[in-house]
This record gives sequence, C-alpha cells and structure tokens, in this order.
Amino acid sequence: MDNSVGIVTAQRAHFAAPLTCKSGAILPHYELAYETYGTLNADKSNAVLICHALSGHHHVAGYYADDQKNIGWWDNLIGPGKPLDTNKFFVIGLNNLGGCHGSTGPSSLNPATGKPYGSSFPVVTVQDWVESQARLADLLGIRQFAAIVGGSLGGMQAMQWALSFPERVRHVLAIATAPRLTAENIAFNDVARNAILTDPDFYGGDFYEHQAVPRRGLRLARMLGHITYLSDDAMADKFGRTLRSGKLAYNYDIEFEIESYLRYQGDKFAAYFDANTYLLMTKALDYFDPARDYDDNLDRAFAPAKADFLVVSFTTDWRFSPERSRDIVSALLHNRRNVSYAEISSAHGHDSFLMQHEHYHKVLRAYLDNIAREFAA
Amino acid sequence: MNNYDHSSLAAARPDFAAIAAWIPEGASVLDLGCGDGSLLRYLKQARNIRGYGVEISDEGIEACIQNGVNVIQSNLESGLSGFENNSFDYVILSQTLQATRHTEPLMQEMLRVGREGIVSFPNFGFWKNRLSILLGNMPVSKELPYQWYDTPNVHLCTLHDFESFCAKYKMQILARRVMTDEYTIHFVPNLLGSMAVYRFRRAH
Repeated sequence: MDNSVGIVTAQRAHFAAPLTCKSGAILPHYELAYETYGTLNADKSNAVLICHALSGHHHVAGYYADDQKNIGWWDNLIGPGKPLDTNKFFVIGLNNLGGCHGSTGPSSLNPATGKPYGSSFPVVTVQDWVESQARLADLLGIRQFAAIVGGSLGGMQAMQWALSFPERVRHVLAIATAPRLTAENIAFNDVARNAILTDPDFYGGDFYEHQAVPRRGLRLARMLGHITYLSDDAMADKFGRTLRSGKLAYNYDIEFEIESYLRYQGDKFAAYFDANTYLLMTKALDYFDPARDYDDNLDRAFAPAKADFLVVSFTTDWRFSPERSRDIVSALLHNRRNVSYAEISSAHGHDSFLMQHEHYHKVLRAYLDNIAREFAA
Repeated sequence: MNNYDHSSLAAARPDFAAIAAWIPEGASVLDLGCGDGSLLRYLKQARNIRGYGVEISDEGIEACIQNGVNVIQSNLESGLSGFENNSFDYVILSQTLQATRHTEPLMQEMLRVGREGIVSFPNFGFWKNRLSILLGNMPVSKELPYQWYDTPNVHLCTLHDFESFCAKYKMQILARRVMTDEYTIHFVPNLLGSMAVYRFRRAH
C-alpha cells in the first residue's frame, strides 16, 4: 500500500458538558470517535478536519492492525505525498454525533436508561455537528483549522464551520455539495426514510429491544440512494442491459446485472449500518439551509464567513449539481471572499468526489500545497 | 512558479505592464479568460488588487490555483451571470477578445459587471499582417501564432475596427496604448502597432 498513513488506531473522546441541539433537545454527555494522521506542528496551525457524508465515519485513511483490508474511505486523498499530504498536515477524521461507528448515536446505550437511545436520540443538525466538532478541536488544542474539507453532507459541515466559527477556519474545501437541498433531493431522502419507517422491524426506532433490524427498509433506502449517486452514463457503462444468465427468465428474480449490483450493495449496507442513523443523516441533509434565517438570501447568510474557499463540483452529479455549487460561489463573490471554483468533468455522478480522478486530485493538491506554504513560511 | 519574476513576465507580456499602469492600488479586478492566472498574479504583486479570474480549461484552473489566484471555472460565452452588476472596478479581457464568439454581448457584460473594461488584442492592421496578406498568406507571428486551420481567433480586428465598434455600441474609450514588442507606438499606430490595449466605459 503505497503512500498509506499505515496502521491507524481509532480514539474516543468523552464530553461531559451538555450539548443543546438546534431542536432544543439536550444531550447531557456524549462520545466522539476519531482518528488522526500526521503530526500536529508546534503552533498547531496545520490541522485539517475531514467531515464525512451520509454513510461515512472517522476511519478516513490508513488501515487497522487487526483488519488490514479495512482501508479508510478517503485513503486515495490522504497520506504521505498524497494531495492531502500527512507529511505536512495533521488530519482529523471523526464520526459524527448520531453515527453508528463509535460516536454516541441512536444505537448507543443511554446510561440513564441502560437501553439504546433508539427513538429518543435527538434529531441532530449540521450546526449541532459543527458545535460538537469544535469541542473536539478544543480538546485537541486546535484553535484554528488550516482547512476543513468535506464532500456532500460533509461539505455542508465545512461551510457551516465558516459561518458558525469564522475565526476558527482559514480554508474551506466544499466538494460536491449544496447550500440547501432541492425539493427533488428532499423527495429522494423521504422515500428512503419511508422505506425504513414502514419496515415492520423498525418498531418506531426502538427495534434494538425487539432484537430486530429493519433490514428491508435500510436495504431499499440504500438502493435508492445508490442510484442517485451514480450517473446514467456510469451505470450504462458499468452494467448496460447485461443479463446475468444471458437470457430473459420471465419472472421477478434478479436478471439484470444492475439489479444484482444494487441488491448486493443494499444487503451489504443493511448488515452494518444503523437505520436510525440513516434517518438522522438524511434529515440533517434536508434541514441544512443557512439562508433560511436570512429571508432565503444566501449572500447574507454567508456574510460572517472569513475563510478562503475552494468549491468543487462534478459535471454528472445530478444530486448535488454544479448549479448548487455555483450558488455557493456566487454568495462568496458577493461577500468578496477569496474563492476558486473547479467544475470537474467526470462520468461518475455524485460518487466522483470519492474517486481518484487525476485533474480533481491535481486541483486539490495545488490548493492544499498553497495552504501548507502559509504555515511552513 | 514560486520564485516568480516580475520583470521577466512584464517583458514577456508587455500588455501586463500597460494594464497595471491603469489600475490603482487595491482595485477589484475580474480577468476573463485568465489562462494560468499570471496577469492576476502580476497585478496582485504590483497593485495589491483583489482579483478573480474566469477560465474554462482544466489546465488553466490547475495553474491558477498553483499561482495562488482566485479562479472560477466557467464558459465566458455563456455570459457572466454569476457576477453582480458593478461588482468590479475593472473587467479585463486580455488577448482573448479575438477568440470570443459572442463578442458584442460579452463586451456589454464586461460593462455590466465592471465600472470600466480593459481589452488587449493583436492589431490585424499591423504592417506585417498587411504585408503577409498582400503576399498571399494569412499572417503567422508572435501575436498571431496560429495557422489558419487551427486558430481559435474568429474575430480579428484592427484598431480602427475596434474604435468604430466602441462608437457604435456607446462605449467610451478612456485610454489606449499601442505597442510593438515592449515599445509604445505613437505614430500611425494602426500600421505600426502589433498589439493594442484599451480602457473603456459605458458612454453616458
């Protein structure tokens, strides 16, 4: 594994101070799982936070000693000599509050009741996440991030940082993201949620105590999501109309390769992902809308931002389309912030942001190298 | 790229120095078709401007980011809809005018977004170009480095052509500098100048 950060260890931080969520709910205490790569420099100016998307977590790069095949989800970007160079930067990945990979979430035991939180876990928002991430930064002694990087829902967090804590982030890399979801986008999320909510094994969110898992719902939700993260062209290229057996069977079994692929992806996901976390993450996506408090005026919403921005979109991403990225750019231009915008030609739809694409990675490398010069100088 | 040399760049692109001479300290500048961002970088160092470039090519975007200048990937030909009215002091079109398809609407857009416009372009009326045509060939030179079959230049003009264009579309020329290499040309510029830079605004 060339240029890997190598063996990594997940860590946990406990937070005893209550977190008041945007909804008004209060989490009296919670834990966040995180990993770090590289070394924090003496003046703590080289820290980069990676914010994850819907199904992401804190294992962003490297692999585990006892599970070497478990490679971080953005390993192609992060490592010594990679675009986000761990020889220069101290990189932090965390699992968001409400997640199901180690941070406190609906599947965690609520110490007050001795049972999983389940339906009692608050609906958390992007703002709540950013608040909890700031507390993690405090714990690690990081006053200001050199950069905060995120794709999709992660990009929303990166932007929110610039709005919630303008002094605490110098650069925002907002990739394949949007300043708010469109109605169509919310509609997709709602269908996914309905698949879970109407699964008889969901038990109103408290399926843990019934020893049940709403697998069917989760599977459908993932299948639907997966379709929207790809592009028509990418699917045509990868699967076309290929039949598994080579001929039509005139029944409802798996016939087309695309069906086989989607069901496999759905099953795989349903085996490890928590249904409540899926609901909560999609709600956070739907709720994110910084302009809402400013009469839908994004220019005004971005007024507090002080960070420099790199905004990146992908031509075939119809879930987080280039138009939405241009809305972000336009609000930043209005506020006279430093901003660069790259629209990457890629066939792979929304998933492009996780792929190794030469030009995309060159753009990120060039931008990050300049950031590294700021603190190396 | 990092040990960037001011003076050698100005010599390589004499229009840079001419443009910088018109731009006051700290101005806001939009450079259309900014290429690798070297003009913006030059103006940042020479005039401390607040600048953004617009560029369509992937290579240009990478180079601009390497050069530490703001760049927006966009197609000029589809207008400047992402930019607000009067949001820049200067909108520059440097050695790009002749390669634009929708030249007139783009010039109008420049004056919508900027207080003043600056364009530089090769003078097709330059004597060497005239001679070339007279001798029966399309001109190929430092300013016009392409063959007729691979040129991106679709709207070449002379100084006279450009000035009548400005008059027709109510654009007031504020300043003009005509050059051949690094020399400023004052005498019969439409014949002796290989390149021109104009500063203009909407006529009132």
